[in-house]
Amino acid sequence: MYGIGILKGLWVTLVHFVETFTEDFRWIGKKRYYSEEGVAARRSKDAKGIFTVQYPEEKLPVPEEFRFIPFLVYEVDEEGNKHDRCTSCGICAKVCPPQCIWIVRTEDPVTKRPVPEPVDFFIDVDICMNCGYCAEYCPFDAIKMDHDYELASYDRHAEHIYNKEKLSKPVEYYASIRPANYTREEAIKAAEEAKKAEAAAAKAAAAAATAQASGGEQAAS
Amino acid sequence: MSEQTPVKEAPANPPTELEKRFPGAVKRDERAGYEGHIVEVAKLHEVAAAIRDEMGYDFLSSVTAVDYYSEAPEGENFIEVVYHLYKSTGGGALVYRVQVPRDDAVVPSLVDLYPGADFQEREAWDLYGVKFEGHPDLRRILLWEGFAGHPMRKDWKEPYFEEDVKPFKNRWPEGQVYRIEDRNPVGKNVSYPQGFDPEGFQETDDPRMYESLERSSQDFVERIDTEQVVVNLGPQHPSTHGVFRMAVRMHGETIVGLKPVMGYLHRNHEQIGERNTWTMNMPFTDRLDYLSSMSNNFGYALAVEKLIGEKAAPPERAEYIRVIMAELTRISNHLWAIGFLLNDLGAFFTPALYAIEERELILDIFEATAGSRMMCNYFRFGGVARDLPEGILPKIKDLVTDRLPRKVEELDLYLSANELVRSRGEGVGVITPEEAIAFSAAGPVLRASGVPYDVRRADPYSIYDRFKFDVTVRQHGDVYDRYMIRIDEIYQSLSILRQALKDIPEGEIMNGKNPYQVRVPAGESYGRVEGPKGELGFYIVSTGKANPHRYHVRAPSFINLTILEKMCVGQKIADVVVNLGSIDIVLGEVDR
Repeated sequence: MYGIGILKGLWVTLVHFVETFTEDFRWIGKKRYYSEEGVAARRSKDAKGIFTVQYPEEKLPVPEEFRFIPFLVYEVDEEGNKHDRCTSCGICAKVCPPQCIWIVRTEDPVTKRPVPEPVDFFIDVDICMNCGYCAEYCPFDAIKMDHDYELASYDRHAEHIYNKEKLSKPVEYYASIRPANYTREEAIKAAEEAKKAEAAAAKAAAAAATAQASGGEQAAS
Repeated sequence: MSEQTPVKEAPANPPTELEKRFPGAVKRDERAGYEGHIVEVAKLHEVAAAIRDEMGYDFLSSVTAVDYYSEAPEGENFIEVVYHLYKSTGGGALVYRVQVPRDDAVVPSLVDLYPGADFQEREAWDLYGVKFEGHPDLRRILLWEGFAGHPMRKDWKEPYFEEDVKPFKNRWPEGQVYRIEDRNPVGKNVSYPQGFDPEGFQETDDPRMYESLERSSQDFVERIDTEQVVVNLGPQHPSTHGVFRMAVRMHGETIVGLKPVMGYLHRNHEQIGERNTWTMNMPFTDRLDYLSSMSNNFGYALAVEKLIGEKAAPPERAEYIRVIMAELTRISNHLWAIGFLLNDLGAFFTPALYAIEERELILDIFEATAGSRMMCNYFRFGGVARDLPEGILPKIKDLVTDRLPRKVEELDLYLSANELVRSRGEGVGVITPEEAIAFSAAGPVLRASGVPYDVRRADPYSIYDRFKFDVTVRQHGDVYDRYMIRIDEIYQSLSILRQALKDIPEGEIMNGKNPYQVRVPAGESYGRVEGPKGELGFYIVSTGKANPHRYHVRAPSFINLTILEKMCVGQKIADVVVNLGSIDIVLGEVDR
């Protein structure tokens, strides 16, 4: 019969319409809106009814791998001095597809050798395409992608070229937004340290052994 | 692309089949890293006709030009036009090329043999200045008629040209900060060719386009003496899915001619690609067809890996991750296409929103694995950027085995039998299989016309030969079939996903290290994947340097538009919108 298809289709929309209310009834007493578990339920595979999220009152959870605008990682030593992990090697600037990174290096006035930490570090965030290459290829884990996606400002001329001050964030912040990556990197670093220490120990032991062996030989002869 | 090709034989010296067939006119390309044959320009048309009719290479996949330029006069200085052909029954490529001098680049047009060469030849004329003799409508296609020069030529420099290749020196090691608009202050950011007066500029673009529109609609026989009207749909029109314009010539309400006008989003992607290093291009491919960035990554990675060879063969787990991501992309793209086709039909936003709810959940997965919902930038040469995060596989499994089948079925119930959809779709924009092949249509457009051609099956890449799936085919070639084929394909993708999720092994995700500079040996390669919109090909030429010498995208959205006029002529004006929607274009890819 002509029209059956339309009626079936209307049935689907009717079910969707009714579900928005039945879902709300099922959540009476619990918070379906403006709460973390509510947002999570609305993004699950069984989500029914209202699917959208009321930004900015509600926000979607940000997965660890989410990347937006790089930041520079610094560490604070016991005396409270900040140390950039960055050695201004320039790989990020070289690999950056839209070429939005500029690094200002300096050299030691006395020894004339380049100072590893950059004097300044600029990223034009209007040009940055959030590809994440700088973080991916940085050999010192010094530049990482951020989770903060709310960058709106009133003056793009004054505020959209980020300098080193604006880009720098402590290593604890990095550990908090990317715990799995941070743990993995630290484990790799610790393993490398251990390997180095082991190698040094082995070297020392070998040196001692040769000394002993030559001593033994001497004794034997 | 190599072994199956009948004309390519391992021993170097005996003449190939083609050389025997056309003595003197064809000779093998003996440059290292190149394949196929070089055809004499004068004989091109004859050879091409014979290859099509005698050897059965009926699908012209890609036509493009390469500029071999050196400033030294004794260096090689010519433009090469490269043709990639396939059989619509499957198998590898047949490649032939012609070489013409740069200052007098004239090549016979193949439009009469392969109507699908139409837009591609126009593009080569536009960007490279290759004149195709006998082309019925050789106008610029992405740029405007007044444009000075042909920007893909190696000696063409844009105003405020910085350097030939990235990285630019003033970023590193010099480190200077300036804003782009400080370098290009308004009013001083254009340069004119010598002797050009901007005040006296007369536009020639539109008049020529209307002329060609009139020419192509001359066959129409008027029964009643009425005046034909030209209507412009777009460039700003909700149905064009972006900035795209169709100039339509009508007799009453019946279409007698249609010319697509594009290029409003043109950014010379290929030129940018040739400035970039190999690695840098990956995030740029995301921005072609921004609804299916994973597929774009896949195509580009395949092309480059083919050139690097064994050293960049991805490990097992990476192959599975690639397939999973590509198929999820296909589903999300088709959901979008279906939703917005219904929008074009006038069912405003309810079907579209139902469809993109599911897409949203797929994008959540991309965000968790690749780091971005749409601009994934996930593939690397020899693997993928990072392993799947913990807990994502069960999530994908839930989606694939539970929610998506349920929801796609619901969408099917909601729309497919709907009498309005059927009456607007059935018998509208019919394309016969012969036409679809001749016009180089690809993907759902081709398969909806009854041609069972799917690159995943016809010329398998990655690990697609391991999965059981049907190449979906619909027989009528109308809008309704192009809608239904997308539903069918979603089911097939789900089936592939279920198999891939079952078999995915543990292990490495990169072949070796992931260096920031890759060494790509000299040579050429053409990597193609079955993207959601059709055959997506990347033709690259390397000279062994850090950046590609040629980087060409065979964009399915762009080439599928060649057939749009054929689809629409004889239909009513309201069907134009639906026909365009059923091709499913993304302007980021059309205009590049």
